[in-house]
Amino acid sequence: MILYEFIDYSTLKMIWWLLLGVLLIGFAVTDGFDMGVGAMLPFVAETDIERRVVINTIGPTWEGNQVWFILGGGAIFAAWPPLYAISFSGFYLAMFVVLAAMILRPVAFKYRSKRPDPSWRNAWDWALFTGSFVPALVFGVAVGNVLLGVPFTLDSDLRMAYDGSFFGLFSPFSLLCGLLSVAMLVMHGSSWLVMRASGDMVVRARRYGTVAAGLGIILFALGGYLVASGYVEGFRITSDIDPNMAANPLAKQAIAEGGAWMRNYSVHSILWLAPALGFIGMLGSLLLLQTRMEAAIFLCSKLAVFGIISTVGVSMFPFLLPSTAQPDASLTVWDASSSHPTLFNMLVATVIFLPLILIYTAWVYKVLWGKVDEETIERDDHTAY
Amino acid sequence: MELNVVDLSRLQFAMTALYHFLFVPLTLGLSILLATMETVYVMTGREIWKRMVKFWGTLFGINFVLGVATGLTMEFQFGMNWAYFSQYVGDVFGAPLAIEGLMAFFLEATFVGLFFFGWDRLSRRGHLFATWMVAIGTNFSALWILIANGWMQHPVGAVFNPDTMRMEVSSFFDVLFNPVAQAKFVHTVSAGYVTAAMFMLGISAWYMLKGRHVAIAKRSMAIASAFGFASALSVVVLGDESGYEANLNQKMKLATIEAMWDTEKAPASFNLIALPDMEARENVFAIEVPYVMGLIATRSLDTVIPGIKDLVEQSKGRIRDGIIAWEALQQIRANPNDVPADVRTAFDQNFESLGYAYLLKPFTDDIAGATDEQIDTAAWSTVPEVLPMFYAFRIMVACGMFFILITTVFFYYSSTGKLDELQENRRWLLHVAVWSIPLPWIACEMGWFVAEYGRQPWIIESMLPTSAAVSDLSVTEVLLTLAGFVALYSTLLVVEIALMLKFIKIGPDDGTPEDLLPTAKAQSTRAVAMPAE
Repeated sequence: MILYEFIDYSTLKMIWWLLLGVLLIGFAVTDGFDMGVGAMLPFVAETDIERRVVINTIGPTWEGNQVWFILGGGAIFAAWPPLYAISFSGFYLAMFVVLAAMILRPVAFKYRSKRPDPSWRNAWDWALFTGSFVPALVFGVAVGNVLLGVPFTLDSDLRMAYDGSFFGLFSPFSLLCGLLSVAMLVMHGSSWLVMRASGDMVVRARRYGTVAAGLGIILFALGGYLVASGYVEGFRITSDIDPNMAANPLAKQAIAEGGAWMRNYSVHSILWLAPALGFIGMLGSLLLLQTRMEAAIFLCSKLAVFGIISTVGVSMFPFLLPSTAQPDASLTVWDASSSHPTLFNMLVATVIFLPLILIYTAWVYKVLWGKVDEETIERDDHTAY
Repeated sequence: MELNVVDLSRLQFAMTALYHFLFVPLTLGLSILLATMETVYVMTGREIWKRMVKFWGTLFGINFVLGVATGLTMEFQFGMNWAYFSQYVGDVFGAPLAIEGLMAFFLEATFVGLFFFGWDRLSRRGHLFATWMVAIGTNFSALWILIANGWMQHPVGAVFNPDTMRMEVSSFFDVLFNPVAQAKFVHTVSAGYVTAAMFMLGISAWYMLKGRHVAIAKRSMAIASAFGFASALSVVVLGDESGYEANLNQKMKLATIEAMWDTEKAPASFNLIALPDMEARENVFAIEVPYVMGLIATRSLDTVIPGIKDLVEQSKGRIRDGIIAWEALQQIRANPNDVPADVRTAFDQNFESLGYAYLLKPFTDDIAGATDEQIDTAAWSTVPEVLPMFYAFRIMVACGMFFILITTVFFYYSSTGKLDELQENRRWLLHVAVWSIPLPWIACEMGWFVAEYGRQPWIIESMLPTSAAVSDLSVTEVLLTLAGFVALYSTLLVVEIALMLKFIKIGPDDGTPEDLLPTAKAQSTRAVAMPAE
């Protein structure tokens, strides 16, 4: 009996496209506020004890959050092998920068308060800043490049050649996306701090969060305009494509075309919901940050993250990674996935484990919930970060 | 030597993996030891066990974060440096990595926060549950990683699909229950347990030598020696299982471990010491123990183990088969909708040797027209350097034997309640334990080397050569990242060791004399485990 044939190959590809979104959003929503908090750390908290308060709002849970990033890597490898191969080798040096920065993070959390020496602690605080700000920026820049298309080619063995450079990744549009990513995560991080920190840190967090949300709205609108006006070209499949086809990216034809990233919206107007949620979420955070409705602020910033990332996904669908050097070789949902059985097996694993993960993560958050203030740090001086 | 992307990428992978593997074994073993000690605490209610968990937990934490940090690189560098590998086998190889995240890493990383921060927020049993989740998650993590690695050593349950130009899974069950993966898993986690046991034993011995924290040191020693004794036996016995499996599917690895150039009459002898010469293809000298090798590797008296030269001859045959498969593949791809029956048959009969045709790539661009000389060179490229293989293996085994010895001795003293005698009359044994702390790490790194270097020139045994798997990168790019990783990792390692030493010197919190009172009478592990009055 062949179990996997119960679900169509094309349906599975679609499900895995949605799951890719779930993973990216899961990462940005959970590890996102950790990064936002880290990126604000040297500014939102001044004295050592203040910094410890800020760090300990995320200290016990950031490690689990970061697994979304690891799982993202693993799931892309399993479900979209060509995407894993081409994006990470193409963005080679950028990936190195992200990894080097992110490697600093676990160590900084754990080692910072192990010695009382102020210069030791200050150095790790900046390591935490680097480990948060740099990835937030580079992820945005990477998404910008994905929207613009990447200069890779595939030969008939599906061996990839890449014709770009590290500095080539930084164009005005991709930098705009990078800044949007930083603004979004700082907004998200400050919503978290308002909820979990105390005293002056909350006051400062509200201020940074407000600025970030405002900036986010402007950058998101500007980015949208650049895409809609055709300044940023989209891509379009020009040949027939069978969604059930064996996954070989060279079996179709595609072209780059101004305005192509807007086509999905004219076919399905419901998709406007995605950018709308992005704007509503950011506007909501901006306004609510002035109030005491802590949970509502955080909900709004989560919605904003969801809306912004979904916007990228639905604009590009079915493209995953367009190629500017050889548009026919672009990776799409229909021709860059794993095989039918692998997508099925991985779906089974996900259906079993993802709900479990959500349940125990929620339980752990519940156990560790509560405001962190200077008293709690002093009381737990030895165990707190 | 001219620098090339393949060698630099291999060096980078080896370096990042070896660093990662400095931290992982201790995490694997210590997590189980912590959970065991905490179980004793919850069962007996004796505070001293809680303080033990907290102390060893601090050292665990310092080590754990570096395992997490260096693990990040591992998850992404297949794509970064080995793009063609990722494209070629991602359909099979990616799944265990993703499931590792879903099933194991999420569990350990989420609960590790509760382990450190949940003492006052959870009941005793609640906290114990969190600790066990960390231990289970950590060990499951190793299982999935070794399923992935086992597949690279012994690629089962997959077929090549000419439409997508890659290996695709044909039996996920076979991938999961790959015998090589199972043997490797138990061998590797046992090695981790030995590492943690030797670590705990050595540090406890140091406290006993100094006369500090003696109550905690003795209990730690009792736990560590029992756990270490069982694990050291397991690591050797299951290492033997790995050797048996290696003989079934990686005969070249076994032959180079043995520096066995020519096939011997069964049962083959074991080279205790040898000086292999790659150029002359012989051993300059060797001290042999008759029969032992044949018995270990084949578990029989009459099964022949092929030597290196015969294996190279076999490779030549497979390269020729591979060329047939490669030519058939070109025809299939030129006209996929109308494949002549004889071409399809030629491909189906020879596709298992397709990877061997790619071995010719470094020596000629014209695979179909390869000369006998090129085939000969390619066949000899299937032999990894014999000397490092030979000695890495022997260092690992010698360490393993030593671990059995030392844990047996300490297990004897602790289970007969004679640890005081050690402190008074057998101080040299405590010194040995302290100086043995680095040995498990040496053994683990050697084991990694034998397993992974011994697989060369294949990235996936007999399927895809390492040289064909690399990304389209420049030498400068890989040099930059290699230098970056070396600098970053080395700095972090130095900081880690300094912090470890600092917290070992500070030592555990001894608590109050009242805490010690009931346990002072209890000299054996059995008494310690009895419920508190």
